[in-house]
Amino acid sequence: MKRLRGKAWRVGDNVDTDQIIAGRYLSLTDPEELGRHCFEGSYPHLAGGFGKGDIIVAGENFGCGSSREHAVIALKALGASCVIARSFARIFFRNCVNLGLLPLECPSGVAGIEAGDELSIDPAEGKVLNLTRGLAFHFGPWPPFLEEILAAGDLTTYVRRQLSQV
Amino acid sequence: MGLTITEKILARAAGRGAVEPGDILRVKVDLVMGHDVTLPLSILELGRMGAARVFDAGKVVAVSDHFAPASNVKAAEQIKAVRDFARDQGLVHHFEPGCGQSGVCHALLPEEGLILPGYVVVGADSHTTTYGALGAFGTGMGSTDIAAAMALGETWLRVPQSLRLYYHGQPGRWICGKDLILHTLGRLSVAGAIYKAMEFCGPVIEKLAMSDRFTMCNMAVEAGAKNGIIAPDATTEEYLKGRVTGAYEPLTSDSDACYAVTYDFDCQDLEPQVAFPFSPDNVRPVQDAAAVAIDAVIIGSCTNGRLEDLRVAGEILRGRKVARGVRLIVIPATQRTYLEALKEGLLEVFAEAGAAVGTPTCGPCFGGHMGLLAAGERAVSTTNRNFVGRMGHPESQVYLASPAVAAASAVLGRIAHPEEVAD
Ligand code: SF4
Repeated sequence: MKRLRGKAWRVGDNVDTDQIIAGRYLSLTDPEELGRHCFEGSYPHLAGGFGKGDIIVAGENFGCGSSREHAVIALKALGASCVIARSFARIFFRNCVNLGLLPLECPSGVAGIEAGDELSIDPAEGKVLNLTRGLAFHFGPWPPFLEEILAAGDLTTYVRRQLSQV
Repeated sequence: MGLTITEKILARAAGRGAVEPGDILRVKVDLVMGHDVTLPLSILELGRMGAARVFDAGKVVAVSDHFAPASNVKAAEQIKAVRDFARDQGLVHHFEPGCGQSGVCHALLPEEGLILPGYVVVGADSHTTTYGALGAFGTGMGSTDIAAAMALGETWLRVPQSLRLYYHGQPGRWICGKDLILHTLGRLSVAGAIYKAMEFCGPVIEKLAMSDRFTMCNMAVEAGAKNGIIAPDATTEEYLKGRVTGAYEPLTSDSDACYAVTYDFDCQDLEPQVAFPFSPDNVRPVQDAAAVAIDAVIIGSCTNGRLEDLRVAGEILRGRKVARGVRLIVIPATQRTYLEALKEGLLEVFAEAGAAVGTPTCGPCFGGHMGLLAAGERAVSTTNRNFVGRMGHPESQVYLASPAVAAASAVLGRIAHPEEVAD
């Protein structure tokens, strides 16, 4: 998996999937459109300034609430290269891995990152570098097959490859 | 260090001797379930995965229960997609109203003997936790995950920490599984068990009937739990007798198993519980709701639509009438339940009381069909969720309660304690 680099955007604890993408947008099917409405009610300035590859840095229980896969699709379309959190809600964590958005559980990193910090992430090494503050944090490691899903891009591609091998 | 029942099931499914909370495992699944709302999406993903066949036509179960019998044309198309998929794949277990056995998935699968203790069951529905009542591991997932499980026969799972919920004391006559779980939700909150296994145990659970155990595990997800579980015992065995053919090895927690938290519940003076709008953890004793006038009562669903539930409701409704201005809708959860209730004369009791008795379906539980609520209407329901708009208009209100409270409320036209009505 390749290195990621981007600016940190901080959000709080218990950010639910309704905050990530509100229920009224669930009929949208265009990812770009979903991305534009990402965090609309809760962090209204985020989508406007968010750069491609930027990184969401969250507190506890990120992505709680419904099982909607739209939340992950919206974050990806927003341009997020990964999400760093103290902890993730269960189905959201699954959906992240399955749809190819890196969920990094890294409590020490969350404590040592401020909004706007430049981050560099080496998924293979399990390392988050805070370039602005000269700090390094560790996460993982991933179990090999989770890494395989992430390396394939998403679960559907991963399964397709597995099936075509047999 | 010993293991919990949940840890043992997952370790076995992963082919490992021991596991710890936090471990991520690749596990074999024993059963994969989808229904008429979620399965069509999984079918599309299966196509994109290039999976021509599901991993085992005997272990993938398709249930049309949410909108079936089809409530509109779009639903008819979805139910047809499920039917076609079941036929093309040669699925052994496909259920649809009007085609033999059928009913609400989480009531139906155990009844059909498809759930065994120790099984790992994944379903494209959050209330897949219900199967924990038989000592199985059941959890809900998204449609893509379920498609992968259908293709591969396995999935990945993170081993959850376990909560130990211990119930003791001598509960009163009208206290059932629904009251216990509502009371538990009131204490833990909807975030109290996020990501965790809820293990129900103690003398009260040991004496609890299977139907009440299903109710409790069903609503474990309302606390955010990954699964709910009860150790198999003589009651479980009795239920499985004549239903299941295969052998199974019941697993139980070791005495030195490790729990994140133990909660102690004294059920001695517990009153019937009611969850006020708009959250299943907004729970108070029924007396606090006694002034609430109602428009509708719904008895049914995968939470409380079983034969035992109907018997309790029948006991209260026998020889009585639904209050003027209130409508009572009774929906047995499965076809078998319907037939048994018919033979026992329960359906007659309901019809005599003035109720509308429906064919097995999820129906109004998720705001689908067969008795939704209009703006400003208030209902008592034996279902599991009372979120804004769950059973109809966003300005309607749902109070969750047991079948006994629901039946008594139907008679009095306001939320009532069963002893206000029953002899
Ligand atoms: S009865 Fe209600 S909770 Fe149960 S599966 Fe159907 S919609 Fe879901």
